[in-house]
This record gives sequence, C-alpha cells and structure tokens, in this order.
Amino acid sequence: MRRLAPMLLAALAVLAAACEKKTQPTGEAGGAPAAQAPATAQGGGAPPAGDDVIVLGEVGALTGGQATFGISTRNGIALAVKEANAAGGVKGKKLVVRVYDDQSKPEEAAQAVTRLITQDKVVLILGEVASSSSLAMAEKAQAAGVPMITPSSTNPSVTEKGENIFRVCFIDPFQGFVMAKFARENLKLNKVAVLQDNKSAYSIGLTEVFRQKFAELGGKITATESYSQGDTDYRAQLTAIKKTQPEGIYVPGYYSEVGIIARQARELGLKVPLMGGDGWDSEKLFELGGSAIEGSYFSNHYSPDNPDERVKKFIADYKADNNGAVPDALAALGYDAARVAIEALKNAPDTSGPAVRAAIAKTKDFPGVAGNITLDAKRNAVKSAVVLKVQDGKSTYVTTISP
Amino acid sequence: MSQLIQHLINGLAAGTIYALVALGYTMVYGVLKLINFAHGDVMMVGVYMGYATAFALGRQAQRSMWGVVLIFAVAMVGCALLGFLIERFAYRPLREKPRLTALITAIGISFALSYGFQLDIGFLPGASPRAFPEVIVPSEWFIIGDRDVVVWNWQVISFLIAVALMAALQFLVYRTRFGKAMRAVSFDHRTAALMGIPTDRIIALTFMLSSALAAGAGLLYAIKDTSVSPLMGLYVGLKAFVAAVIGGIGNVPGAVVGALLLGLVEEFVVGYAASTWRDAVAFGFLILVLLVKPGGLFGRVAAEKV
Repeated sequence: MRRLAPMLLAALAVLAAACEKKTQPTGEAGGAPAAQAPATAQGGGAPPAGDDVIVLGEVGALTGGQATFGISTRNGIALAVKEANAAGGVKGKKLVVRVYDDQSKPEEAAQAVTRLITQDKVVLILGEVASSSSLAMAEKAQAAGVPMITPSSTNPSVTEKGENIFRVCFIDPFQGFVMAKFARENLKLNKVAVLQDNKSAYSIGLTEVFRQKFAELGGKITATESYSQGDTDYRAQLTAIKKTQPEGIYVPGYYSEVGIIARQARELGLKVPLMGGDGWDSEKLFELGGSAIEGSYFSNHYSPDNPDERVKKFIADYKADNNGAVPDALAALGYDAARVAIEALKNAPDTSGPAVRAAIAKTKDFPGVAGNITLDAKRNAVKSAVVLKVQDGKSTYVTTISP
Repeated sequence: MSQLIQHLINGLAAGTIYALVALGYTMVYGVLKLINFAHGDVMMVGVYMGYATAFALGRQAQRSMWGVVLIFAVAMVGCALLGFLIERFAYRPLREKPRLTALITAIGISFALSYGFQLDIGFLPGASPRAFPEVIVPSEWFIIGDRDVVVWNWQVISFLIAVALMAALQFLVYRTRFGKAMRAVSFDHRTAALMGIPTDRIIALTFMLSSALAAGAGLLYAIKDTSVSPLMGLYVGLKAFVAAVIGGIGNVPGAVVGALLLGLVEEFVVGYAASTWRDAVAFGFLILVLLVKPGGLFGRVAAEKV
C-alpha cells in the first residue's frame, strides 16, 4: 500500500505529460481522417508554402466530444476554398488550408495556433467552434498580429481579446435573450429550471443572460444545477430539478450531453420541454435523444428549410461533396467564415496581418448562407436567430427572433 | 422523502457500475501489484463489441433474452482475448522491470485504445458518441406516488448481477485451487513459481477474468446511460479506480463497498449541495479515507518487504 502513493503520483505526472503534447497535424485540409475529408487538398502531396499559394490556418475539433462540430466546420471551409480556387484563387494564387485537430481541448487548440503562426506562417486563422478553445486561440493570434475569424464561437469574450479577432455569428447574450423571450412569450412558461455545463464558457454565458432576461420578463427560475462535459449520469441533478416542478428546463449544452439528459429526464418523469442553443445542432442529437428529445426547442443560426436560392445552392454543393450529408449550422458558418476571409484577402492590398485585418473589419452586408453579415465595432456579426423545434427526429423551423 | 429515496436509487445504480469496474482493478492489483490503467478502456472496447453485436443482430433479436446473452457473451469473450493480448505483449515482457515501467505502459495502452477508437477508418467507430440500443426493454418495476420515485428493471438487474459477480469472485479467490494459486502469486510470484505454480498462466487468466468483467460492467453502464463514446473508459475507469482504493485495493468486497459509497456520495453531493462539487467531493472522500485508514476501508497496510 505504501508503494501506491508514489505510483499514483507518477501516473498523474505521466497523464499530465501525455495530455500536453499531442497536437497532431492532420495535414492539409482533407488529410488524415480520410473517410470524411473533402477535396481541398491541393493535388495530393504537401504543397510548399511558397510564393504561388496563400496558406490559411484552421483549428478544429476533429476528434473528442465536439467532433461533429469540427468536422462540419471543416467541410464548410473546404467547400468555400474549393470554390474560390475554382474561380481563380486570390491575387492569382491558390488557397491552401492547413488543418490541425485540437481533440476538443482548449490547450491543444492554443498549441495548434502557435504552430500555425510560427511554423506554417499562415496569413489568417479560422476556428474554433467551442468558445473555450477559441478563447485560448485568440490570445495567441492577437499577440502575433494574425487575424482570426471564428465561425461559430458565441461567447462574447472571444472577440474582446483584441482587434485581430472576428466572428461571423451572433453572441451568447443574444441566444440567451432569444430563448428567454421565446419561452416567456411564445411558450408562455412561468417557471423554468436551468441545467448548465460548468466546464464550458459557452453554456455559462447562455445561462447568465437567460436567467436575467427570463426574470426581467416576469418568469421565475426555480433551480440552477450544473454538470461537467463528459458526464453521462445526470439523474441527481434532474431529481433535484424535478422537486421544483418547472414548466421547462433550459439546457444550453452540447448535443452529446443533451441527448442523454433528455432521456434521463423522461425516465425520471420530467415531461416538460427542454430548451437550448446552437450547441444542440447535430444529427447526433436525435440519435442520442431518441423520442425523449421530441418537442424540445433550440435557437440556431440557420435552418436548412430556408427557401433562399443562395442557401439551396450551398446545400446542393455541400451534399455533392459530402456523400449527401445535409449541412448543419456549423457547416454553414464555416463556409461563411471562409468566404468572408477570402473576400477580405481579395480586397486587402497585400496579405500582411494589418492589411487583412482592416479588410475584414470593413465587411458589410456580406451575403452569407446563415444570414447577411455586418461586423460591428466590436467585431461581432449582427444578425437574427431562428428557433427550431425537434419533431419526428429532425429540427423544424418555428420562428425568427431579431435583436 | 421521495426525493431522498430517488437519490438513494440513483446512487446505488451508479455505484453498482463503479463496483464491477473496480473489481477488475482490484484483482489485477491483488495479483500483480499493477494498477492497470487500461482497464477502463478495455471496458470501452467491450462496449463497442457489444454495440456491434447488437447492431448485427437487428432490433428484434437484440431485445430477446438470447440476444442479450449473446451480446454479453461476445463482449466478454472478446475482452478476455484483448486482456490476454495486452498482458502477453505489453505487461509480461516488463514483468521483471521496475513496477513504474508497467504502469507507464498501462497508461500508454489506455491512450492508444481511447484515441485509436476515435479514428474513423473501416470498422473503427469514430469520435462521436453513439446511442446504445435498448437491449433490455426498459420498464418501471415500482413507482411510489405519481412517478415520485422510479425504479427501472435494468437498475435492479444490474445490482443483482453485481452482487452475484462479487460473490462468485469471492468464492473463486478463497475456495478454489485457481484462487489459491492467485493468492500465492500475489504473495510472492517467484516463490510461487518455485513451488510449481504456473505463474504466467495464472496471471494471464486473472487478466482475462478482469477484462471480461470490465466488458460486462461496460455493457450495464451503456444500458444505464445509453451513451457510448471512445473516451468513456477514462472517466469511468478513474472513478472505479478511486472506488477500489477507497475500499482497499486488492480486496474484493472492499471494491464493491467503496464503489457503492462513492456512487452514493456523488449522488447526494449533486442532489443536496452544489452539483459543481461532485468530483471535488469524490476525491476529497478518497483523501479522507486514505488519511484515516491508509489501506482503504477494508485493506490492511502491509509491511514493506526489504
């Protein structure tokens, strides 16, 4: 038994070390996880970062808990880059995206960014989906003076890291606001409980605004419980919530947890609707949640039901490249972010950090597939949100809520 | 009151799974003084084997009694084989090396399995969580009030299986020749070898047994929480390891009691105090036990042999 303590310590040390150094390059876009990789790879082997190409960097969760987000985003970016190259590239040069997998971990994301900047000398960085990872990245990108556009990180503090950081999606307070308004005015709920993911800046951000806004509109928050990403047993929290008899539960987490939460809530006899944000947006939600998630609502950036021509064309092109998969909001935002970046590279006099930064900042009424994008003085996109309802194993459009 | 009972049931259900996983840690530690950190990941592999079998059987067959038996059998036999391979090729060559070497190898295997299973090539499952099919059709066995307290059939089944396995294991270790050999190897494997005990075979069998147990536990876990992901082994494995240490690692009933206690402590912390404190309290509980009884609740502190 006495040997146990040193062994434990050693084990922890090794674990820590193992967690440190594992940012694996997944190579050029479309490299490693070959199965789903779209064709952004520029003619096979590693292209030289020479004079004839412009290298963009991307950091995404290709493995780990938020993998479907990272993969969707990568597919969206790949499509935009493919189209730009087909149309002659930028300034006569082809675009290349260098993608690193951060395994859904902020510390890996930070390392990947450092690598993109120092070794790959990228002109611009795209990523991440999870706000926690984007926050870690933004610090490095800002310090190095490399512009960064996050497609879908909605935590406000991401762009507050500095003038080089942009986003093409709305921010968390807005999503919390949208759901509070929807719950109070459309669903007419009086008492709502909250179950947040206390390991995620995103979830905490949404919760804060939701609580405040819901109370402002005359509703009552009956309980606030939390869980940690990766948990699979939420029965204790749900049992505590059940006692307060809420009419709805706000769960602003990610799909991998929300599906299970829904099942366990129903199992414990909680029949009220669940509500959430864009972290729910994944086909996986319906598989994991099964019939338990039916009748729940979430706010999102975009709905594939949108009849707009632009959106239709995007969906068709995306399907063609990805074995018929319907693009989710993450794919749409990845696509939009890459297109904003490409547009800025075209408009900038050269590809230096300050020039590209200034060009991105001028983005106004840019026709994205997830809504028109105008960047405000704080480098955030101003746009409306949609509310979707889970019905018959898919999400259906309910309403649009404007700022 | 009904809330208290529901918490008790939830806590016991969680603790039961920890217990089955903890038994594997305890057995391997008992025989080899090795903390097999890959144990949780072997469990994960077992769950995926069960998942694949259920998938192959189809919706109807997987829900029949024989379907469930087949799913458990495939996963447990498959994992026994995996346990054998790991022991044969990763641990046996290091048997005479310092103990730390094997421990680091164990962590290596743990990572190889949990990250290897996130690849999306061929038969490998990819990184995203999957929903485990409802192989035991859930039904409520008894309900107090208007669904105030809910108990599910699989919760009761899991609990009974865990208790039965614990009893079987206790019998095996203390009442059979194999158990006697295990204990002899545990005491001093060189001397045991001199006495004619086939130590390699005993150790290999212990690994196979503990891995099969892990697969069974994993399936019960997947049935309980419905989600299957390549990283599930790390989390459950760590908790089960803590449970084994609380109970006194190397001690079979200790592992079970430690696990049930851990499950209940976690449940009550989340239910009545702050849900953010769950892991802090779990590890705090571990530290407390180690401070008061360094050998764990049921363990004995062995004098260091010099």
